[in-house]
Amino acid sequence: MSGKLVTLLSDLKEPEALAFVEKALGEGVDPLDLLGQAREAMKIVGQRFASSEYFIPDLVFSGVILKRIVEMLEPHIKKGQEAERLGKVIIGTVAGDIHDIGKDLVVFMLDVNGFEVLDLGIDVPIQKFVDTIKETGATVVGLSGFLTLSFQSMKDTVDTIEKAGLRNTVKIMIGGGQIDEQVRGFTGADAYGKDAMAAVQLAKGWIGG
Amino acid sequence: MEKKWEEMSADEKQEELFQRWLSPEGVEFVSPEAEKSYKDRITRIKDAIQLKKLPDRVPVIPNVGFFPAFYAGITPQEAMYDYDNLNTAWKKYALDFQPDAHIGCFVPGPGRLFEILDYKLYAWPGHGASPYHTYQCLEGEYMKADEYDSFILDPTGFFERTYLPRIFHTLEPLKMLAPLPNIIELPFTGGNLVPYGLPEVQTAIKALMEAGSEALKWVEVLVAHDKEMAAAGYPNFFGGAAKAPFDYLADTLRGTRGMMLDLYRQPDKIIKALDVITPFMVGMGVSMAKMNGNPVVFIPLHKGADGFMSDQQFKTFYWPSFRKLLMGLIDEGCIPYSFVEGGYNSRLEVIKDLPKGKAIWSFDLTDMKRAKEIVGDASCISGNIPITLLNVGTEAEVRDYAKKLIDTAGRDGGYIMNSGAVIDEAKPENVKAMIDFTKEYGMYK
Repeated sequence: MSGKLVTLLSDLKEPEALAFVEKALGEGVDPLDLLGQAREAMKIVGQRFASSEYFIPDLVFSGVILKRIVEMLEPHIKKGQEAERLGKVIIGTVAGDIHDIGKDLVVFMLDVNGFEVLDLGIDVPIQKFVDTIKETGATVVGLSGFLTLSFQSMKDTVDTIEKAGLRNTVKIMIGGGQIDEQVRGFTGADAYGKDAMAAVQLAKGWIGG
Repeated sequence: MEKKWEEMSADEKQEELFQRWLSPEGVEFVSPEAEKSYKDRITRIKDAIQLKKLPDRVPVIPNVGFFPAFYAGITPQEAMYDYDNLNTAWKKYALDFQPDAHIGCFVPGPGRLFEILDYKLYAWPGHGASPYHTYQCLEGEYMKADEYDSFILDPTGFFERTYLPRIFHTLEPLKMLAPLPNIIELPFTGGNLVPYGLPEVQTAIKALMEAGSEALKWVEVLVAHDKEMAAAGYPNFFGGAAKAPFDYLADTLRGTRGMMLDLYRQPDKIIKALDVITPFMVGMGVSMAKMNGNPVVFIPLHKGADGFMSDQQFKTFYWPSFRKLLMGLIDEGCIPYSFVEGGYNSRLEVIKDLPKGKAIWSFDLTDMKRAKEIVGDASCISGNIPITLLNVGTEAEVRDYAKKLIDTAGRDGGYIMNSGAVIDEAKPENVKAMIDFTKEYGMYK
């Protein structure tokens, strides 16, 4: 799919992109076509981020523009017309840590790449991860942490998932600030990702899509 | 006749601050050996910084956060509220680990002060954070997107009437104060002083006085701690502190997210605000260093790291005002000690542009071989022991890593051993391995 909105949004032209959507809706363009273009643009943003052409501010800004576009489109889209989701991913910042910027970027990139994301927020009690896995049947869990205290919280979370007998039903990825292979080994997670696009690649590898 | 400060060159000012650091006022050394160790340690650090003479060995100065509390078996909450325990724990750390310098015990801060003012900017032990964990910043837009003009016009007034009332709930009534420059001529004075008579404003000012008393109590412990450590032979590494102007704006005024949007929506206002902030930060660093008689000014860096902006954005928004800060400090004889959290691999070619022997860069996730090649000619470099290694690795792994660092970054001097990030819950034996191995292997022949 190609179109003017793809270019405007992927190039982060905020006023131009919003004006274009408003005009297109006025002219009777199919809102689902515009939504598709916005999705296409976000794929380009993700690719540019992965190739170090774009950086975190570009991701954050693209998210803000996208949100405003979706708010304009939503009243015109009938329920049930949304695209099907690839699979469920549970995300949260682990107990004791209240940082959310990195976690929110991962949630955002998973969402625009077609995953249904269950965002548990920050300082998430360990049991909450276990309960959510049971309730939703999600097969991927992402643990976020910025502070060094999160290493132990991540390990405790993985251990508790194991004790609940759920370890074989989920793949667990970790990420944030200082997280590296050494911490992955310590926590017993399946993988770590260095940024939001790495999380998307990991989820795609496990779930498909 | 001795030269006046104003007449000295930058080199002379630096030397003057080093001399004051070497001969601390009001300190009686516990023994001639302690005095010798104290002076040897500072000389070692000075040689590593100035790049003129090879030090006797690689200095090792761990940047500890709450590590001394965890090590000594007190909680972060106790470190914030019980100043005797704070002093004892931090002293135990320095005496047991014997680093070339400690960094004082200011990190935990006076807990009760934050209660008195009902601080909203951080969650701290017992107030939004567990007693067993460190404090954490509560990100927000404490300065709104449309408040740049107000900040640029009058930063002091903005802090007094807008920012402080937002971050300290108890000080909310201060937003009723009139701008101080309005108090001019007899007929206009009375009206402008009316707010100070309002009961709620008076309550806020009383709270401020109470907070001041608490700060005084706390700082007396800090000063006594430094004196005691100096007497035992251990200098405090930090003479002062400052923040990079961009971080000043991005960390606690606009917030990370708000600031990132400003990069696109109002770039010109950012530049103007940075111009306003820079002289405040130079003044803060210089006045602290001169007051403490120690040239090293600690600058923790955050939002200019790899990934947090493009190279072009770094060159446009981060570096120009930051370099002005660094040069403002250097011109006054100070030694900026930039503690670079995250990676700086894409910034090395830009930051190398400083006069020789005047600054320290402590790196975290930066390639130290390249840092040595690119930045090492002009500045002392430091850091890079992964915090993950100190927290969950083994002593042998720490020693292996430290060996590689000394062989590359430590080659021909100009390197100070340190962790990459602030040390909190690290394994004591790993911190010990980092320090002891450096003393053993880091000797220059």
